[in-house]
Amino acid sequence: MIKLRPVFWLLLPAVGVIFVFGAIPLLISLVYSFLTANPYGGVAMPPTFSSYVQMLFDQDFDGSLVFMPDYIWIAVRSLYLALLTTMLSLAVGFPVAWYIVCQSPNRRKVLLTLVSLPFWINTLIRTYCWILILRDEGLINGFLKWLGIIQHPLPLLYNQGAILLGLVYTFLPFMVLPIYATLERLDPRLIEAAYDLYANRWQLFRRVIWPLTKPGIAAGTVLVFAPALGAFLQPDLLGGGKQLLIGSLIEMQFTSSRNWPFGAALSMLVTFAVLVALAWQSRRSKAGAEARA
Amino acid sequence: MSAAVQGRAGGRRIRPFDWRHNPGFGFFTALIMLFLYVPLVVLVVFSFNANHFVTVWTGFSLHWFVRVAHNGDIRHAAYISVIVGVMATICSTMIAIAAALGFERGGSFRGETSAMGLVMMPLVVPEIVTAITTLIFFSSIGFHYGVLNLVIAHTVFCIPFAMLPIQARLRAIGTGYEDAARDLYGDEWRIFLRITLPLMVPGIMAGSILAFVTSLDDFLISFMVSSAGSTTLPVYVYGMMRLGVTPEVNAISAILLVISAALALVAFLISRPNEAGAAAGGTVAATTN
Amino acid sequence: MLHMAALKTSTDGDRARMASVALSDADRPVTRMVPQPDPLRHLIEVVQVEKIFGDPTNGHKALEAINVSIEEKEFFTLLGPSGCGKTTLLRMIAGFEHPTTGEIRLQGRDVASLPPRTRPVNMVFQNYALFPHLTVAQNVAFGLEMLNWKKPDIAARVNETLALVKLDTFRQRKPAQLSGGQQQRVALARALAPRPQVLLLDEPLSALDLKLRREMQFELKRLQRETGITFVLVTHDQEEALAMSDRLAVMNTGRIQQIGTPEEIYDNPANRFVADFIGEANLIPGAALGRNASVVIAVRPERVALASPDMPARLRGVVDSATFLGSDTLMEVTVPSGRVRARIRGAARLAPGTEVGLAWPADAERELAD
Repeated sequence: MIKLRPVFWLLLPAVGVIFVFGAIPLLISLVYSFLTANPYGGVAMPPTFSSYVQMLFDQDFDGSLVFMPDYIWIAVRSLYLALLTTMLSLAVGFPVAWYIVCQSPNRRKVLLTLVSLPFWINTLIRTYCWILILRDEGLINGFLKWLGIIQHPLPLLYNQGAILLGLVYTFLPFMVLPIYATLERLDPRLIEAAYDLYANRWQLFRRVIWPLTKPGIAAGTVLVFAPALGAFLQPDLLGGGKQLLIGSLIEMQFTSSRNWPFGAALSMLVTFAVLVALAWQSRRSKAGAEARA
Repeated sequence: MSAAVQGRAGGRRIRPFDWRHNPGFGFFTALIMLFLYVPLVVLVVFSFNANHFVTVWTGFSLHWFVRVAHNGDIRHAAYISVIVGVMATICSTMIAIAAALGFERGGSFRGETSAMGLVMMPLVVPEIVTAITTLIFFSSIGFHYGVLNLVIAHTVFCIPFAMLPIQARLRAIGTGYEDAARDLYGDEWRIFLRITLPLMVPGIMAGSILAFVTSLDDFLISFMVSSAGSTTLPVYVYGMMRLGVTPEVNAISAILLVISAALALVAFLISRPNEAGAAAGGTVAATTN
Repeated sequence: MLHMAALKTSTDGDRARMASVALSDADRPVTRMVPQPDPLRHLIEVVQVEKIFGDPTNGHKALEAINVSIEEKEFFTLLGPSGCGKTTLLRMIAGFEHPTTGEIRLQGRDVASLPPRTRPVNMVFQNYALFPHLTVAQNVAFGLEMLNWKKPDIAARVNETLALVKLDTFRQRKPAQLSGGQQQRVALARALAPRPQVLLLDEPLSALDLKLRREMQFELKRLQRETGITFVLVTHDQEEALAMSDRLAVMNTGRIQQIGTPEEIYDNPANRFVADFIGEANLIPGAALGRNASVVIAVRPERVALASPDMPARLRGVVDSATFLGSDTLMEVTVPSGRVRARIRGAARLAPGTEVGLAWPADAERELAD
């Protein structure tokens, strides 16, 4: 009989639970995406590619397929917003991470706690806070009216800008923390050596810090990009449902539209995009590790 | 030091060159901190607002909190949230303790990276995907047991959050104490009970609190998985928000916000600073390694 | 001194108790654990031990052809630079590492594959590894509890051992509330409490400052004398090794270079490494002294005398520097084959550039294979 090592039994519950309730559902959903929709929810036979066809084509009255770019636009808009969120988070997050690294250990602790704390607060509520600020009777419009600068409220809410704001607000900590983690491991002597060799601040950043921080940036990029791509709450609450994104589209298939196979197919699409991002990141961090060595 | 003293004596501060000093970065970081926290403060402040216009301040009042407390639906949703949170925390923490021990003390084994990747999967897959795949899974096997469905779904995504602080703690302890105990005639089980487990306690506390907060905060997965009788508090609050901005929403949101923030702070304080960082940026470890 | 008598009488009983524990836990039957007088048997024998980390064919060879015998009641030291394999060897005796090939015998029994808890051997760890959540008394009692001693016996032994290391008044403190020197004593007490046959010490003094280190050296010698337990110490500090050991083994790159008493090793280094590592040595190529070119001649600086240029000398050279060190002066003299150091008693004010002769008695020379 094969004697199993204790490590097997220790990992069995975690691996088992996540495999059964995390990985298998993904596989079942993949199967569902090839089934026919049941208008009362759920799925029916026979297997079909129609969910994937539906992403590009619409069925005309006579049954012929007509190219329909609506869903492509939704996907493109989602991708565009997710990328923009990632870039903005990077532009904002990097200086913050750098500033924190430059502080004394005690101040670092406080600042890190401040950056990571919002992560543990309900996204629903964090998003809702912006409604209070941005809506027509909200804080900003109220303040501007009180000053007499405007007569009619500015349309701050229910547009792409508001969604973008909400996404950056939600996912910024995901960018700061991994960049901070790599910056912290950076040997300060490298920085001093660069200054000693006549580098200025920009050259130091461009030639020393940026290349050595690439793994952290890659990790942060994926950590912001992946959830931003599948975001539901921010477009739903701040976009007011007008700016349909892929996350809301998926949700609709399980609530109002009742087209489970199509929703499953869209989920597979999002999962695929995330996997691509992960593969890109793992290649990037390997390259970074080699640059460090 | 002496340069600073001399500088002061000369009436002019001499700032020696220091790459850690970057003009403007402090101001920028302060702005970002305001960006992160002002909206939260706005919510909490307006939850004490006396009138029902929500964002026009007229006076301090606890009226809306009282209204929330008397709302039976909210109370029921809060009850479901706590039940689900406690159950999911207990399950995920037990599983996470075993897994952390396996990863940190099990030695290296084949498939370690794959096992780690699988355990960290809930952190990487977008919530909407987890939500609908879980819904499809339960529906495909005909598993409809209300709160139990929620407990299972929450346990899955709480495992990595519970595990990371425990794992960080185990790594910080090192194997030295266990070696010493082994040298002093301890058998593995008694070493675990007398040495490893007591030393793990801060990590377990932090991990279980973070698991509870994660469960309490979850909206999307609960939204998809919950059924009529098992609405959690965030799902109920979302329903209220869809109907419009009301003072009750402010009040209940402020309560949830303060509870989450307070619990997360406690978890940070329990675990050592580095481990708290690891917990918060836990996803970092998951993806950079 | 009274408790010492009690300690001595209880030792044999403990060993028997320990033996029975070892017997019940061992993976194979134990035939003889209780020490019996046997002049031919050593307490510890390390026989042809080799340790390869990683891949057996091209992994890192940490230890090679190690053969050591350690006697009862001996203070034995493993001395060598960091990375020489001394700690690996110590951990092997404790049971934390297992040899790739070879045997570790404890009283004649091969224990190489047995886990640490079955060996009547205790260790003082480098950073003490005191259990931070237990008090001093609980730390010291830990091993006895694991051996399933009765409560009153444990209490008595803990008191006795804490008195031995002079920490009676600190029983209820946690390790974090103790100074480095006190922690060191607790670690000693914890390892001594089960009265092991061998006490292993892994760089026990390295975390202490110089003054405390000197004090603890005496303390360790005293404990060893009073308990009669065999001490095996690992250190990279040659002064410490020379001062404390009955015998020592000098190690380098995974091999034992020489085993002997401190005097033997200092006066008769077996090879170039030992001569250089223990104390200071001038290593002069044989050819420079008119000998076989394949040997080097080792001469301690304190044996080198200066001779005026017209007197007979073994080597002639030019003073490079003279550093006054208080009780003596360190001269660096450039000779054709390189540089020779001489320690001259008192002050010897010779300006750099002065021509001098270097002389030493014949018995100061050691011929070493290159």
